[in-house]
Amino acid sequence: MALPARWANKTEASDPADEIMEIQMGPSHPASHGTIKFNLKLDGERIVDCDVEVGYLHRAFEKMCEQGTWTQAFPYTDRLNYASPCINNVAFALAVEKLIGVDTPERCKYVRLIMSEVSRITDHLTCLGMASQEVGATTVAFYLLEAREFLYDLVEAVTGARLTVSWCRVGGVTHDLPADFKQRITHAFQSLDGVLSDADKLLSRNRVFVDRMSGIGEFPADKAISYGISGPLLRAAGVNYDVRKANPYLVYDRVDFEVPLGERGDNYDRFNVRFREMLESKKIIEQALKQMPEGPIEISDPRIVLPPKEQVYNSIEGLMNHFKLVIEGVKVPAGEVYHAVEGANGELGFFVVSDGSGRPYRVRVRPPCFLAMGALNQILIGRMLPDIITTFGMINMIGGECDR
Amino acid sequence: MLIEKLQSRFLDAITPGDTSRGEEVVIVPRERAIEVFRVLRDDPDFAFNFLTDLTAVDWLKREPRFEVVYNLNSLVLNHRLRVKVPLPSGEPWAQSVVELWSAADWLERECYDMFGIEFRGHPDLRRILMYDSFVGHPLRRDYPYNKRQPLVDEVDPVTNPLPMSR
Repeated sequence: MALPARWANKTEASDPADEIMEIQMGPSHPASHGTIKFNLKLDGERIVDCDVEVGYLHRAFEKMCEQGTWTQAFPYTDRLNYASPCINNVAFALAVEKLIGVDTPERCKYVRLIMSEVSRITDHLTCLGMASQEVGATTVAFYLLEAREFLYDLVEAVTGARLTVSWCRVGGVTHDLPADFKQRITHAFQSLDGVLSDADKLLSRNRVFVDRMSGIGEFPADKAISYGISGPLLRAAGVNYDVRKANPYLVYDRVDFEVPLGERGDNYDRFNVRFREMLESKKIIEQALKQMPEGPIEISDPRIVLPPKEQVYNSIEGLMNHFKLVIEGVKVPAGEVYHAVEGANGELGFFVVSDGSGRPYRVRVRPPCFLAMGALNQILIGRMLPDIITTFGMINMIGGECDR
Repeated sequence: MLIEKLQSRFLDAITPGDTSRGEEVVIVPRERAIEVFRVLRDDPDFAFNFLTDLTAVDWLKREPRFEVVYNLNSLVLNHRLRVKVPLPSGEPWAQSVVELWSAADWLERECYDMFGIEFRGHPDLRRILMYDSFVGHPLRRDYPYNKRQPLVDEVDPVTNPLPMSR
């Protein structure tokens, strides 16, 4: 086979050590969890140039949302950030409710808040578990994923599914917390505490781990802001911005929690911020469980929420109501709204536009990790090839959310 | 509040949008957009240092057909503003804001990819989620959701140089 022209023309005298090597890392690389391609130019192991290619997991989320009713968009939102699907559900529901101009009952807000925080913990456990596995700490990965299982059990008890929850609706949620939720969560938190303390001992002062993380992938605060980076990545750089504090939604203004901050914005800070956020989430859940009132979990407007099954089967009004809502969808008044929540990866916003019919005219999600990925080549250029692994791990790209 | 301040500054360039849902919205013609954005970012009264999101809406049956939507946030003053720039269907282009907010780099590439809106002054405007030989712009309202794409030739990654950042 003839060699490609640019190789065949090489003179004998050129020294391979001086050459800039082009390699493509991905799209399916064992050390990058997520389908993504890095087009790299390397000088030895140093990255001279880097182009990040995303889009391998594009499933036309925004286009498909325009094809169904507002309610039918919920299963699609599960599949954005599938490590914390409840937060996506809640964010979309809040955006649509803001567009309609309705407010959900108190208990519904607490239930949504509790499940959002449980999801935040599962998301961080996934991120930290995978990241530690990629630097060789497989034990920690299994510990953390085991703890995640306890929390997934909780999610399953509430929503009926571990990942594809589709559990929020416009105007409420489908299921209330089960009666024994408090016992379950106390049990889950006991195991979580043990696991987090073990992981802390295994990693925080571990020489191999610290050397791979500390001082690697630094990104100063001003650049991070310019690149639209939010969430743990921005807070690791020392910027105190958390949507839960800046624009409190649900009942975040009634719970007391701290926003963990880093200083240098390197991978070790990102790891620490996530780690401490899990403890804060635990605090939030415990307070919310104490404050949570009894009451309905959805609003009682028949134009928005499906009627109870007894009415559907026994009265013509209930049947018609059900039929109209399922076939035509919730009639959302024409207009547009942007609503942001604090996702596990940063500011997760939905920009929704309605033309007054039962279907969304436009659904736009503001994906936090897409913007972080946009800055990745700036973080990486000038660094070493192995730094890609830890930095990419700490950015926590979730393909479903980044590529939509 | 914000809108009045902006209006007193730019007079005729600013049209207030629908604020009935408690959000501040303004509409700016594309010729004045970059000038307005520069003031929004640099003036300490506004201090919009964070470009939260940039996207577009395709109003197929209306003219101007496209609207580029900028969601701005100020981490300093903790306020938000939505700026909309209408674009006619014949020549959908807008001025790039990459020089003001680096986040616009990928966001404008996505907007170009999905809507075919050209961002003049963008340093590296190419598709991002779709592949280069994709035909059409999928989020336009006249692109059918179930449309099939033509098969493309296999590309040898060795003989074809890699796309690179600038």
